[in-house]
Amino acid sequence: MSGNGLSYSEQGGEAAPELGQEAATTTTPSIPAAFGLFCSDIKKNEDLKQMLESSKDSAKLDAMKRIVGMVAKGKNASELFPAVVKNVASKNIEIKKLVYVYLMRYAEEQQDLALLSISTFQRALKDPNQLIRASALRVLSSIRVPIIVPIMMLAIKEASSDLSPYVRKNAAHAIQKLYSLDPEQKEMLIEVIEKLLKDRSTLVAGSVVMAFEEVCPERIDLIHKNYRKLCNLLVDVEEWGQVVIIHMLTRYARTQFVSPWKVVEEYSEKNFYESDEEQKEKDQKVKDTYTMDPDHRLLLQNTKPLLQSRNAAVVMAVSQLYWHLAPKSEAGIVSKSLVRLLRSNREVQYIVLQNIATMSIQRKGMFEPYLKSFYVRSTDPTMIKTLKLEILTNLANEANISTLLREFQTYVKSQDKQFAAATIQAIGRCATNITEVTDTCLNGLVCLLSNKDEIVVAESVVVIKKLLQTQPAHHGEIIKHMAKLLDNITVPVARASILWLIGEYCERVPKIAPDVLRKTAKSFTNEDDLVKLQILNLGAKLYLTNSKQTKLLTQYVLNLGKYDQSYDIRDRTRFIRQLIVPNEKSGALSKYAKKIFLAQKPAPLLESPFKDRDHFQLGTLSHTLNTQATGYLELSDWPEVAPDPSVRNVEIAESVPDSFGGFTCLLSSFFLICSDSEDTEKKKKGISKKITTSNSSDTESASSEESSSDSKSESDSKSDSEPGKSRCTTSSKVTTQVSVPTKTHELLHRMSGKGLAAHYHFSRQPGIFGDRMVSVQVTVTNTTDHKIENIHIEEKKLPSGMRMHEFSPIECLEPAGSVTVSVGIDFCDSTQMASFQLCTKDDCFNVSIQPPVGELLLPVTMSEKDFKKEQGMLTGMNETSTAIPVAPQNSTRLVVIEKLVKAANLGVVPSGQDNIHRFAAKTVHSGSLVLVTVELKESSTAQLVINTEKTVIGSVLLRELKPVLSQG
Amino acid sequence: MIHSLFLINAAGDIFLEKHWKSVVSRSVCDYFFEAQERASEAENVPPVIPTPHHYLLSVYRHKIFFVAVIQSEVPPLFVIEFLHRVVDTFQDYFGVCSEVMIKDNVVVVYEVLEEMLDNGFPLATESNILKELIKPPTILRTVVNTITGSTNVGDQLPTGQLSVVPWRRTGVKYTNNEAYFDVIEEIDAIIDKSGSTITAEIQGVIDACVKLTGMPDLTLSFMNPRLLDDVSFHPCVRFKRWESERILSFIPPDGNFRLLSYHVSAQNLVAIPVYVKHNISFRDSSSLGRFEITVGPKQTMGKTVEGVIVTSQMPKGVLNMTLTPSQGTHVFDPVTKLLSWDVGKINPQKLPSLKGSMSLQAGSSKPDENPTINLQFKIQQLAISGLKVNRLDMYGEKYKPFKGIKYMTKAGKFQVRT
Repeated sequence: MSGNGLSYSEQGGEAAPELGQEAATTTTPSIPAAFGLFCSDIKKNEDLKQMLESSKDSAKLDAMKRIVGMVAKGKNASELFPAVVKNVASKNIEIKKLVYVYLMRYAEEQQDLALLSISTFQRALKDPNQLIRASALRVLSSIRVPIIVPIMMLAIKEASSDLSPYVRKNAAHAIQKLYSLDPEQKEMLIEVIEKLLKDRSTLVAGSVVMAFEEVCPERIDLIHKNYRKLCNLLVDVEEWGQVVIIHMLTRYARTQFVSPWKVVEEYSEKNFYESDEEQKEKDQKVKDTYTMDPDHRLLLQNTKPLLQSRNAAVVMAVSQLYWHLAPKSEAGIVSKSLVRLLRSNREVQYIVLQNIATMSIQRKGMFEPYLKSFYVRSTDPTMIKTLKLEILTNLANEANISTLLREFQTYVKSQDKQFAAATIQAIGRCATNITEVTDTCLNGLVCLLSNKDEIVVAESVVVIKKLLQTQPAHHGEIIKHMAKLLDNITVPVARASILWLIGEYCERVPKIAPDVLRKTAKSFTNEDDLVKLQILNLGAKLYLTNSKQTKLLTQYVLNLGKYDQSYDIRDRTRFIRQLIVPNEKSGALSKYAKKIFLAQKPAPLLESPFKDRDHFQLGTLSHTLNTQATGYLELSDWPEVAPDPSVRNVEIAESVPDSFGGFTCLLSSFFLICSDSEDTEKKKKGISKKITTSNSSDTESASSEESSSDSKSESDSKSDSEPGKSRCTTSSKVTTQVSVPTKTHELLHRMSGKGLAAHYHFSRQPGIFGDRMVSVQVTVTNTTDHKIENIHIEEKKLPSGMRMHEFSPIECLEPAGSVTVSVGIDFCDSTQMASFQLCTKDDCFNVSIQPPVGELLLPVTMSEKDFKKEQGMLTGMNETSTAIPVAPQNSTRLVVIEKLVKAANLGVVPSGQDNIHRFAAKTVHSGSLVLVTVELKESSTAQLVINTEKTVIGSVLLRELKPVLSQG
Repeated sequence: MIHSLFLINAAGDIFLEKHWKSVVSRSVCDYFFEAQERASEAENVPPVIPTPHHYLLSVYRHKIFFVAVIQSEVPPLFVIEFLHRVVDTFQDYFGVCSEVMIKDNVVVVYEVLEEMLDNGFPLATESNILKELIKPPTILRTVVNTITGSTNVGDQLPTGQLSVVPWRRTGVKYTNNEAYFDVIEEIDAIIDKSGSTITAEIQGVIDACVKLTGMPDLTLSFMNPRLLDDVSFHPCVRFKRWESERILSFIPPDGNFRLLSYHVSAQNLVAIPVYVKHNISFRDSSSLGRFEITVGPKQTMGKTVEGVIVTSQMPKGVLNMTLTPSQGTHVFDPVTKLLSWDVGKINPQKLPSLKGSMSLQAGSSKPDENPTINLQFKIQQLAISGLKVNRLDMYGEKYKPFKGIKYMTKAGKFQVRT
């Protein structure tokens, strides 16, 4: 209340209401207690409202702290919403943060009022400070109010191309929030995800993959191009991101690579289903010559160091990856790390042990060396004990069984009886699995029958029953012993088991069996239902084998059963009576009664309860629960034949999506050279560390592709140095060889530019400056012998609608130096020239850029089906076609694709037919689809078809593509 | 991923809730209480509980259940590891993690939780970054805050989150530059009745307290790195360097952190530093039993064994114990049947022993297993595996830091079966 007092004394204006409140306080004691409580609650909130409205920050802060306290306790504080929301623009950071906390909690309930706060965030989204932008986006996207979906969408789009990787990371988080608020936005969000997946920053990688998993896990095609990058970045991603990426890559790899597992194993599992002989042979052949895809190897190699992570979730993720993807000989390396996790907290142990249990069923060898790590301590919680026991049982074999049995002996004596019972089960399983020790185990179990604890005895009986069933021949003695036990034992399951045993093998103990029936007939009415059923069973069996002695007894039992309270027992009695007591009606069936009752019964199989868990991916929630959890993504089987591995090939230029002029160009070439010289997977880490040590500005992230303005001076100084320059040019050549057209166009000849020369080419990088811009790389070279200063753009003479994003002025260009900068131009989908002036400190030169129509497009990935659907809608007016001659060397698929993609920025559509090639793209400005089909015909001709709404573009493109295939 | 978090105390009260997505009603915890009732003890509550619409994943630490609510498939360890990280952070902030502490600092707790998760996905979990965002409360700061009205929220922005070394805060300055490393080894062992070792292994950690100005780059090398069989690192350690040279090279976080944890290869025989002589017997007929334990040093390399505590869970039939220790104090709790004997230091000349009798419930039969004995002890200035640090070097900064290395051996899960 001190805060309140403070505001009271300092604010005369508010004295009156506070006085009134004071009066209320004095009246409370006189009214009934329940009402008083209610009243004081209201009053308290009143007083909070006052504090929030005060002009003192300290009072506001106090109020906010108390409100957050209420929220934390789960009390309803929603009625304060109007008072709180007013403070959203507070200058005080702590108040602001607490208001955010409150807003996120209650915005959903108070949608209309929440809208009041939106403008504050929208303003903050434009803040020059990246951290403020990020936090604004974070809060804005956390307000779950459907009306602001369009605003959120816009904010996400903008943030996804922000210069700061931290903002982009938050954009990735926002994608999931928007998706859960409005799943309708899926298509748009996928576009953003696609864009962010190309991001090279380690900050973004984990978050965007998370968004991918949540929004569109089925769009595996988005991963192809980013696969290698993700593998290489993985070590440097923060640990939580690593887990998500590893799980996603596991799924990916199972769809893209062929199985590395041994032919024999695969074979024996598979041949049940495969009837087709030929297919098998083919299969065999493929597997005989198995070599691992280098990309598959890359994944295994880059995840291996993560086994050393301190984070148990990462270690588990890598382990499951090795389990599901690695050749069986290599999977063993994970066991050591998993065993290490057993030192961790109880909850971690629980999950890890469950996974080890599943693994140890299939591949014993993996954990055998660590047998002793699974020994049970008396201080372990029961659930851990049972899991350890399970694993020990799975690992048992001829070599270690004697040590194990000795260990089990101590467990049986444990004070934890539930665990002792589980141990007896385990002994039973060992006995059936390892025939050498069956007798030893059986003797041991028989000894336990004289144990004082009933649970132990009962469990032993049940297990012995199962064991005897597997080899009943010479165990008359044990059965006799058990018959004696019947007098003392009271646990129903055990009694039932003994009775069943005696009935089943009554011919081996002919003297005892009738006596047992006599005793139980006496106690019939007091028995458990389970036991009653077995008494009836025993009676029936004895009636059939030894009717002389037991006929009357059985009939007595059947009469008791007839009037039993349980309908199950009455039912069984009726059934048995009809079957065994011959009368006129029973007919043929009773002849077979003996066969029915005393048929040879198959021995029960003692199996691990973890047997059926292996169809779930390890390390998942579904595996832990052994039921499919919501949102579980099935791990697909290995494909028979690997899909085209070339889809993962990346052009180097595209791998650096946010290129900013020379600096990035330099940097990417820097990476390139490093990757040549040192073949390490951690190269990036090394380099980025070098950078920071040499220059302690810490705002540059690992791949430091942002903050062009800050680093510009640096980039200039670097580009001045000779080696830097040469690298830059080589690297751009490399890129052009792959997909970017080799063609550079001249912007300004050095003669007409007074020594200043400029070239440009189209880098085909989407969306650097905005969605509708085509990005153009301009290389400016100084051929004079003096410095050229302040190179910039002036006097843009653009046709209406066209826009241009200029590069920031180059302050100074040394003699013989050159700099590459990017500009973005929105050509409005026309081939008109963009004219402007390239100016230096002293001169201005008129220049212009004219785009080839192929550069006005952006590639689109779509399936063949979608392609045909779209094509169907773009016929008639929208279709242009022509027949063209094709040079013979151009008729293969690869060449056709290469040539066309070089000529125009098209995306390849997978095609089912060999002679038809399809390409899809959209126009940069309006996003209209452009579909290109090349159908190769006999006698070196081809039909070229283009479908698009933009008929002008269609016809120009047709004209440009025509010569491409006919030239050699 | 993580929808909501509920903190539940031993009495079953939900004393804090936080939601990162839509609000989940606290009634979802009823499923948890159900499971809690079914499990006899707190530590037997299953960590994963399915409910019709949600899944509850919980960890139990400091007598508090941290229950996370999730809605769809997620690696369970991901959530569990994160919850443990939350507990560690609270401990780091408030010294202890208890219900009272959390209630007292509920605003800081809320602010920290807000920063740790965004939409249920971990955002900032490095304590160095968190402390930059939200300063931990100290007595001094609380006093200053009440007087001046300043806040706990850092006014500078967390630049660390954006740097290449996200674990280290920037602009660190100290007048005394110091780096301390504690090599702590724990022996896990099970010793059988006759005194022979059934299983024994050594797990070690290197905990560091580094207070160095600027951006120091440290390397730590060992005399005998081959001893380390399996290691896990703090993210700051350069893995490649370790692979090739067996040297730890890293830019450390500021303050306390765990640099390395390791496992000593099973091939090396583990020296067991203490032995226990025991004679515990129950007789069938009489209601009295005999109890006698002696603890003595074994392979201690000439160092003293201290901080010895012997605990044992007696069978249910034991009503009371009349014991006389030769040194130290002992307590027997007749309700939980837990015997605990705080021995202290072991003097090799005069071995500590605890002798006496047990009174058993009349008429109950003799328990079929003798109780196991759990041992705790400490040995200063000794790493039982023989691991030795060779040298510690610093690069990247000019000053000369003060360096210190301490060794210690402790009992981990050390059990003697009788």
